[in-house]
Amino acid sequence: MQFGLTEEQRLFDDSLRAFLADRVPIEVLRQQAQMGSGFDPAIWQGLCELGLPGLLVPESYGGAGLGVLDAALAAEALGHAAAAIPFAASAVMAPLAFANNASRDQQGEFLPRIATGEMRVGMAFAGIGGQTGEAAPRLQRNRLSGRVRGALDAGEATHFLVYLPDGRAALVEAGATGSSAQVRRSVDRTRPVTDLAFDNTEAAVLDAANDRMAAALRVLDAGRVMLAADTLGAAQYMLDSAVAWAKERVQFGRVIGSFQGVKHTLAEIVTMLEPCRAFVWHAAYAQDALPDEARLFACQVKAHVGDVGREASRMATEVHGGMGFTDLLGLHYWFKRCTFDRQMLGSPERCREEAALLQGWKLAG
Amino acid sequence: MDLTLSEKYEALQAEVRAFIGEHGHKSPKVGGPRRDPDRKTRDWQKLLVEHGYAARTVPRQYGGYGAPPDVLEAAVIADAFATAGVSQGLANQGISMLTPTLLEVGTEAQRTAYVGPTIRGDMFWCQGYSEPGSGSDLASVQTRAVPDGDDFVVDGQKIWTSSAHFADMMFLLCRTEPEMPKHAGLSYILLSMKTPGIEVRPLTTMTGRAEFNEVFFTDVRVPASQIVMSRGQGWHVANVTLKYERLYLGDANKMSVRLRKVVDLLRTIEIDGERLIALPEYRDRLLRIQGEVMAWRAHQLRLLTEQADGVDSGVKRLIVKYGGTMLLWRMSALAVDAVGAAGLPYEPDGETDDATAANLDYMFDIGMIIGGGSSNIQKNVIGERGLGLPREPKTQAVSAGGRA
Repeated sequence: MQFGLTEEQRLFDDSLRAFLADRVPIEVLRQQAQMGSGFDPAIWQGLCELGLPGLLVPESYGGAGLGVLDAALAAEALGHAAAAIPFAASAVMAPLAFANNASRDQQGEFLPRIATGEMRVGMAFAGIGGQTGEAAPRLQRNRLSGRVRGALDAGEATHFLVYLPDGRAALVEAGATGSSAQVRRSVDRTRPVTDLAFDNTEAAVLDAANDRMAAALRVLDAGRVMLAADTLGAAQYMLDSAVAWAKERVQFGRVIGSFQGVKHTLAEIVTMLEPCRAFVWHAAYAQDALPDEARLFACQVKAHVGDVGREASRMATEVHGGMGFTDLLGLHYWFKRCTFDRQMLGSPERCREEAALLQGWKLAG
Repeated sequence: MDLTLSEKYEALQAEVRAFIGEHGHKSPKVGGPRRDPDRKTRDWQKLLVEHGYAARTVPRQYGGYGAPPDVLEAAVIADAFATAGVSQGLANQGISMLTPTLLEVGTEAQRTAYVGPTIRGDMFWCQGYSEPGSGSDLASVQTRAVPDGDDFVVDGQKIWTSSAHFADMMFLLCRTEPEMPKHAGLSYILLSMKTPGIEVRPLTTMTGRAEFNEVFFTDVRVPASQIVMSRGQGWHVANVTLKYERLYLGDANKMSVRLRKVVDLLRTIEIDGERLIALPEYRDRLLRIQGEVMAWRAHQLRLLTEQADGVDSGVKRLIVKYGGTMLLWRMSALAVDAVGAAGLPYEPDGETDDATAANLDYMFDIGMIIGGGSSNIQKNVIGERGLGLPREPKTQAVSAGGRA
């Protein structure tokens, strides 16, 4: 038994974090946020060279063939940098969707293009992922019609992948006849949400799984673990920033970190946040290695880290005082990162209801 | 990351399960009353020591099983017992704190005399640390031990002394060098509770039980050979003990066991004909707590691996006592709310039913939040040692024994 990261995982994490620290300073982050598309071609190019989009793509299709835990480390690093990059859906859920739901031909056609980063996939889970707002897509043979709100990673996507309530998924090329995509800047300016509409639009239907609903939920759960990891990274950034601020800011002739009021607040944050890291690792590992527990882990990690992210991001902002509230420090980008993650793919409340169903603590219906 | 057990550990797991299958019926009740252990408890303890499921790493010459330290073995064993709901044997200050301290810094004579009887449950210890004027600021203790011939003569008072009313022995932190700076003037002495001049007065706590005591020392003579390390090194020894206390207080298996108990309560208790688990407000609280327990459980596995690899876990270790005791208390609070108004009748002495146990834990767990370094002190430690924040600036200290 070894509960921790391998040497390769540490090295990969280090190189990704070094790249992000170097290439996404606050000025670049502000520019990305100004655009609001959740995409930066130059950064994306660099991440493609690091192999990010192909992490989960099998080696036979040109990827690295790694696991959900490796992806969770990347998600944490991206959250820590608040990078405007399509990741959870495009680089994690989409390859898993092809691995779980697609035919061999579909895998051969699309997975290599995901691995290179040429293909970027925005995703929506209509009616099964805790989605709020309008969602009424219909599939007739290979034609998709209807609307779905709030697609993830769809700002500059080349394709959209829409899961239907029955567990099938429809892949549509961006700009396909009869389709429209309205990209909306979100409260988190580093990631937009996109409203999609289809009218008899040609789609590739992913329906090769024996149990299509179980396959769909595996994809959804991996996404939830990614958003928990993203929140962990963002909240950790805010804690690090608050600690640094508390060691530097002087009031009443003392650095404020020497006041117990501030010190205890920071101690509270680290006490709730640090166990989340092990929890995210455990939940990510469960997706690949503990099939009986994978669903419960995904629901609970999304819910718990979502709650901790909310508290930690608020408390860390408080420690910064008035500066935390202004745009000058830019701390709010990370606060909003937590805000976005919490609502997307099922709020904590929604995820806990699912956890209750899984354990027979609540009856379906 | 690999949570599968290698062959060696799988074999151990099978062995432990077989042991539990064969002997489990002899186990005393888990989470029984906190008092002088009875015959059943002591027999169970001896059986566990014999099979290496208690005192596993204590060397054979001192009465232990003599296995090399292996935190994963310890985790496999603890997990098997917790899963089966069977007692893992005695967990008290003598076994969890004094024994490792003596093995680390005691003399050969001290180890030989004390370790064996202690781990077998034949010798009970209490901890003579806190005083009325020295709680969180432990190094300011004033109880004196004055050298006189081949003895020390001890005078003073201790407080919050768990188990002193039935303990055989005490490990005592006292001042032998009043002229030295406060940390350098302390010694750590082992003494029999039957020594003339010791008076124990039970201290009833909010639970209604006398879980602690005040202990008064008047001209108590202790042979000089009873000192651990030498005069003036008491603070060092006390810190060795505290290191083991922190490990003893933050046990994630305990959380899993407690969670299962709360789940059982919510699944069985009904209000107006409806099971509590079917009521969203109760269910939601349970689900939140389950999420927290899962996080701490994972955190503990991470610490376990770091410990096995000899890594210093830093702040990750420092948060365990504070975070763990707070979570245990929230679980007790949910249990109290589950037993509800029907659980209000309360008689703390004697055998306890579920309702009394819930209320007892709910109050006793506040003691756990405070004892062993109170929650507020823990937050200072986390902030200062864990996050590198500056200490509170020194103010004019009120001197209490020795110089500040």
